[in-house]
Amino acid sequence: MADNQDRNSPILQIRDLKMHFPVKEGILLRTGKYNKAVDGVSLDIQPGETLGLVGESGCGKSTLGRCVTRLYKPTAGQIVFEGKDITRIGGKKIKPYRQDMQMIFQDPMESLNARHTVGDIIQEPLVVQQIGDKVSREKRVKELLDIVGLPARSVTRYPFEFSGGQRQRIGIARAIALNPKLIVCDEPVSALDVSIQSQILNLLIELQKEFDLSYLFIAHDLAVVKHISDRIAIMYLGKIVEISGGERVYREAKHPYTQSLISAIPVPDPHHKAHRQVLTGDVPSPINPPSGCSFHTRCPQAMTRQCSSQQPNLIPLAEAAGDHQVSCHLYS
Amino acid sequence: MPEPLLSVNNLITEFETDEGRVRAVDDISFSVEAGETLGIVGESGCGKSVTALSIMRLLPQPMGQIMGGEIKLQGEDLTRLDLPRMGKIRGNDIGMVFQEPMTALNPVHTIGRQLAEVLFLHKNINKEQALRESIEMLDKVGIPSPDVRMGEYPHQLSGGMRQRVVIAIALACQPKLLIADEPTTALDVTIQAQILELIKDLQNDMGMSVILITHDLAVIAETSQSVVVMYAGKVAEKGSVFDVFDNPTHPYTQGLLSSIPRLETEPKSVLSTIDGMVPGLLDLPVGCRFENRCAYHKQDCTKASPQIEQVSGAHQVSCFEWRNVKQELQSSG
Repeated sequence: MADNQDRNSPILQIRDLKMHFPVKEGILLRTGKYNKAVDGVSLDIQPGETLGLVGESGCGKSTLGRCVTRLYKPTAGQIVFEGKDITRIGGKKIKPYRQDMQMIFQDPMESLNARHTVGDIIQEPLVVQQIGDKVSREKRVKELLDIVGLPARSVTRYPFEFSGGQRQRIGIARAIALNPKLIVCDEPVSALDVSIQSQILNLLIELQKEFDLSYLFIAHDLAVVKHISDRIAIMYLGKIVEISGGERVYREAKHPYTQSLISAIPVPDPHHKAHRQVLTGDVPSPINPPSGCSFHTRCPQAMTRQCSSQQPNLIPLAEAAGDHQVSCHLYS
Repeated sequence: MPEPLLSVNNLITEFETDEGRVRAVDDISFSVEAGETLGIVGESGCGKSVTALSIMRLLPQPMGQIMGGEIKLQGEDLTRLDLPRMGKIRGNDIGMVFQEPMTALNPVHTIGRQLAEVLFLHKNINKEQALRESIEMLDKVGIPSPDVRMGEYPHQLSGGMRQRVVIAIALACQPKLLIADEPTTALDVTIQAQILELIKDLQNDMGMSVILITHDLAVIAETSQSVVVMYAGKVAEKGSVFDVFDNPTHPYTQGLLSSIPRLETEPKSVLSTIDGMVPGLLDLPVGCRFENRCAYHKQDCTKASPQIEQVSGAHQVSCFEWRNVKQELQSSG
């Protein structure tokens, strides 16, 4: 597609993206309120980069991922993929873009059709995009199985014959079948056991190097995200509260939410004494988010009226030359 | 030395399935001291939950059966008790918290009714007392405005709040032992931190012992004094958390510990992995069950199953090659 793009411009640009789902109420199912799952998010992903997206359940991270691959039609804002605005493209016109944008899901049992053989599953993107003939597709499937580390005889088998980790490999083979440029990984390892999780993470990192892939890596486990990501964005109630290089987010977290998120992660070392900032309460509902800063109801450092009345903007920290942005009144 | 609160000796639990008999727990032994937290860690299918259900005598009937061994709670063998007597022990002496609080609570009964039910069953008290104690208990587990919450249904609460209610029910009768089976797996990290803190506080308060079952080694490191590592129905290694985390002597424990991505590891570095998969319980190998994935395996490993051996003090391991494993760990620093 747009090969005139130069290498230094982002592969994906998201500008002020909003995804509001109508909430039906009452006997007449009228739309009274909106679930503001994603509420004004701006992000860039560079070619070959992994952007980690971390947040708790219901923060809108998966919705954001689905907007990017245009499984959802965003309410407002802009998604620019390789210089082309794809926010409003619908129907068949989106198909060519799907070649360059694929997705890996959390539960491989639910995202693989149980009635199709592994060969059919991996081939499907090629069939949909009408690439090659029967023979060349079969050859490509064998090649893909080899890349993700599954035996060639898997072709005729069905998903239930595989373990969780192997199923995730099938999902990955399908995602890379079309040589995409960007893969949205939505919690790809959270359903797997520890010893299998590291196998899949290694595979994803290896594939990225080999095929120059960009990842939007969505997960709730900060340790996993930090391992695979170049930059990390922290999301809370539909908004990005902090974004920076992976190491910086961990070592110099500025937003009180990021700080408590990091301190809440248990450390696999019995000598480690946790200095924990336990957050009180639950995440508020995105249907009726708090006024001002959406985190102020749980924030240990919530200051004055400003926090509850005025929404902070995501602004770059002066000391980090634009690489570290935070949305908190403490730093404005 | 005082007698442990609970000792499980040579427990064997089997399931009758369509494909044949499956031994989910095979000859495991461990004990829980009064006031301590014991962590049981292992991957899916290793038998950790079946161990918990065996202790509670809540195995699915008629498929699940305890085929051998004993479970002694303060000297009384739970495997020999009749069901009415066991019913008195459940909830009263042993409380249990399950992974998914929504399925552990009854959706059509109010929180108050479910909490008061336990008190009614086990204590000789009237309705007002039961209600009063229920409100106190909800307050204790940190539920705001407990008197209002009493009249609410589970779906009106968030995941973290539901788990607090389940903990309140499990602890209503001040049991001596709490079994928590993956109590925080379904919860977000910030809520997980709250719940682990709560269990710790209540334990200090009430002096109970806790068996914490999880797949997350970090949760064990943070909460437990002792740990049992299970693999394919057997105990691979056990000891104090310091023994097991500082000197992992079973290749499986070593593999688990080194495959976790940590916040301080170099980004995008290659994580060490344990190749292959857990053997199916239907066709277990004759020898060591970890042999096919083990970096230290020798020919003898396939011939017989290793017995549990003492490394030092309470630290025990079931591996033929543990001396080599230990040496390698020490030489690699």
